[in-house]
Amino acid sequence: MTGVRVAGVGLTHFGSHPERTGRDLFAEASATALDDAGIDRSLVEQLNYGNFMGELSEHQGHQGPLMAEAAGLDAPATRYESACASSGVAVREAVKDVRNGEADVVLVGGAERMNNLGTAKTTEALAIAADDLYEVRAGMTFPAAYALMAQAYFEQYGGSREDLAEIAVKNHDNALGNEFAQFQREISVEDALDAPMVADPLGLYDACPITDGASAIVLVSDEFAEQHDLDAPVSITGTGQGGDKMALQDREYLARTPAAEKAAEEAYDDAGIDATDVSVAEVHDCFTIAEVLALEALDFYAQGEAIGAAARGETTRDGGLPINLSGGLKAKGHPVGATGTSQITELTRLLRGDHHNSDAVDGDVGVAHNAGGTVASTTVHVLEVNQ
Amino acid sequence: MKRHDARDDGFDDFLDAIESGEGFYLECENGHGSLPPRRLCPHCGSDELAEVALPETGTIETFTVVRVAAPEFEADTPYVTAVVDFGGVRATGQMRGVEVDAVETGMEVEAGIGETETTGERILVFHPR
Ligand SMILES: [Zn+2]
Repeated sequence: MTGVRVAGVGLTHFGSHPERTGRDLFAEASATALDDAGIDRSLVEQLNYGNFMGELSEHQGHQGPLMAEAAGLDAPATRYESACASSGVAVREAVKDVRNGEADVVLVGGAERMNNLGTAKTTEALAIAADDLYEVRAGMTFPAAYALMAQAYFEQYGGSREDLAEIAVKNHDNALGNEFAQFQREISVEDALDAPMVADPLGLYDACPITDGASAIVLVSDEFAEQHDLDAPVSITGTGQGGDKMALQDREYLARTPAAEKAAEEAYDDAGIDATDVSVAEVHDCFTIAEVLALEALDFYAQGEAIGAAARGETTRDGGLPINLSGGLKAKGHPVGATGTSQITELTRLLRGDHHNSDAVDGDVGVAHNAGGTVASTTVHVLEVNQ
Repeated sequence: MKRHDARDDGFDDFLDAIESGEGFYLECENGHGSLPPRRLCPHCGSDELAEVALPETGTIETFTVVRVAAPEFEADTPYVTAVVDFGGVRATGQMRGVEVDAVETGMEVEAGIGETETTGERILVFHPR
């Protein structure tokens, strides 16, 4: 079984670009990734592409071949949809294909266009990642779903809105200097606490913004990297995926995310590491409480103990385990289908030393955690600098 | 116009049953509860599902006050969405008959059917016991 290298990465600016189409965004990100890899696009054997709400936002299904065109590829292309984990799933399938010899060069990416819908319509569109019969028809929005988990967490383990605010403050701080981030401004705990409530106990600053953007990575086999003398020091050494019941009401736990626990365990086993080996992670903080749940699922913390991690300075840039050095979904932005591959992009650059926050990384193992819906699906990937 | 003109068998049966005071849920041979429509128990895969009576009261396990809603619920805000534990099964619905700020975890409630303010759509609601 061959190893899988990240040969190149690319991002568009994440933000509000209502005038730009999905195909334009992906054309930019894919071109950047191929340039970064130094690979001619004619060598790409397939495109794995993640997108969630293209039918609603652009009246566009069947985006695989469309995005292959945008990327200038003459190759088969498949769209993966797994809500906010769409491109995480696309990465996992690409890793499998490279490992088993099906392909030597795979372009993986994702894009989402959201701002052209407006806030109300976007809220409605995102809600389709929940159970239509039993959740959406009860008026549950996405922030509401995470609020239900936050409330359950507080009830079971304790924690406060201040603890959540510290996570938002940290991730905004990390985004300072990230040219691709939607928000590049500091916020204070007071700003977060004073912001309007969206779904109690979550306020506006507990939520990621509505974002347009695209990301892409080029994955190649070890053999291909050697034959073409590529400078590709980072490999994906572990992949895992987990699932859970669609609706919160059918879950065993409301304040834990077993789908992420399973994905993490599988990815760690695959890479032959455990949580203590990890130096840096990008986790799916679509809401501040989601970062807490992720840190526990990834086994960085025991159940109920990650809530104060940011406040205690453990997950900040100068802490022992920096989390979301990109700014995370909270400050960098969350163009849903692009998020999974953007996390791999950020980690690759953090590990190879060309990220604005690379100095904060002490070690050579990174983990990406990408969650779909209310964590009914999750992928976890382990990235390591080649020894 | 209502969005959900088509009948969703199972789900609408469930709402009908609640409305007529004969709420039920599905229970498999291993005692796992779920709400219809199901052909299999979502917890163990058993196809031996029987309708059992929904207990008259449940307790709020978790809830949130929704202040920013999708267009279909715009006129309903602020409203409480709650997940209620009925023992054998949990259900998600809106709290009625209580100020939004007075809702608490552990509150005892009973299930009923209401309408949304925005669209008049039928919805599962809970009232304080
Ligand atoms: Zn069962």
